[in-house]
Amino acid sequence: MKNAFQLFTTFFKIGAFTLGGGYAMLSMVEKAVVDQKKWIASDEFWDLIAIVQSLPGVFAVNTALYVGHKIAGKRGAVAAMLGAIIPSIVIILLLATVFREYRELPVVERIFKGIRPCVVALILAPSLRMIKSAKITWKTAVIPIAAVVLIWWLRVSPAWVILAAIVGSLVYALVIEKKSKKKEVES
Amino acid sequence: MIYLHLLWVFVKIGVLGFGGGYAMLSLIQHEVVDNYAWMTTTEFADMVAISQMTPGPISINMATYVGYTAGGFWGSLLASAALCLPSIIMVYLVMRLMTSKKSGLFMGNLLKGLKPAIAGLIFAAGLSMMNTQNFVQIGKGENNISIVICVLAFVASYFFKANPIILILLSGVVGFAVY
Repeated sequence: MKNAFQLFTTFFKIGAFTLGGGYAMLSMVEKAVVDQKKWIASDEFWDLIAIVQSLPGVFAVNTALYVGHKIAGKRGAVAAMLGAIIPSIVIILLLATVFREYRELPVVERIFKGIRPCVVALILAPSLRMIKSAKITWKTAVIPIAAVVLIWWLRVSPAWVILAAIVGSLVYALVIEKKSKKKEVES
Repeated sequence: MIYLHLLWVFVKIGVLGFGGGYAMLSLIQHEVVDNYAWMTTTEFADMVAISQMTPGPISINMATYVGYTAGGFWGSLLASAALCLPSIIMVYLVMRLMTSKKSGLFMGNLLKGLKPAIAGLIFAAGLSMMNTQNFVQIGKGENNISIVICVLAFVASYFFKANPIILILLSGVVGFAVY
């Protein structure tokens, strides 16, 4: 019980004070859980993160659930998750109430007129960095281009694009596996 | 009815949201702006800025904001809970089934395969926001400060990995001074 409460406060602090989203929270979680509290060994922690990163959903929530469960079972998982998200919910609720009240004010409108094009840049830049890190060749460049055309131009739901990409990756993985098995048999 | 829609939308996003907050941005935009029209494209841009500048997971911030806009206080709680629900089920299943290294490797490979598509998804979200509502024209044509802000922020972010919060604050100051 004590552990579950400690998990809650640990993740609450991280949720309340870490700017920059889930990935920024990760290093804070490592610091708290591995270095300070010594609840998990470093290599075990990174093994967990490798799995969590490949799952869909909120990265910080997945991390909290996983670490919480490892340390204090189901109760720990729930405690860590609530700690990670409650600060966000409270802060955004307060801000949204205030912002929706005052967004018509000329001063606020002027500030946000400057901010909006910046937000667009902040979305485009990481997507291009992702393309770079995915080591896309002329052949595979078809995939992101098709995604852009489908979503932006033809207004297809991104959900379908993700589903199609999942099916495509699975088929591709199966074909590769079969080919390598065939080679093994032949040789 | 609005609560059912919020539940459905955010559970779906929780299931399909591979690759972190930015990937979810595209899914949220499609549902919230195009599909249900809970927000205009400018409101959406403002929400992204606010979600980035506040602490905590960006996707939870966005879910709370969307939920509040569409369905008030209970809407915000419902949207955030709906977004977490698939995670809870999936992490539980993973703890049970995927204890071997091999299955972890499989998921990792799947994510690698999805990466090019997710990058396209995020890029499309950015493109969809490049419209006359978010880009203000001063005077006629040439004198376009919005484009200058966008290009400078892009260069600072892409090439110099500048802190996004500082970039948002700076462009807010520019907007205040210019408009």
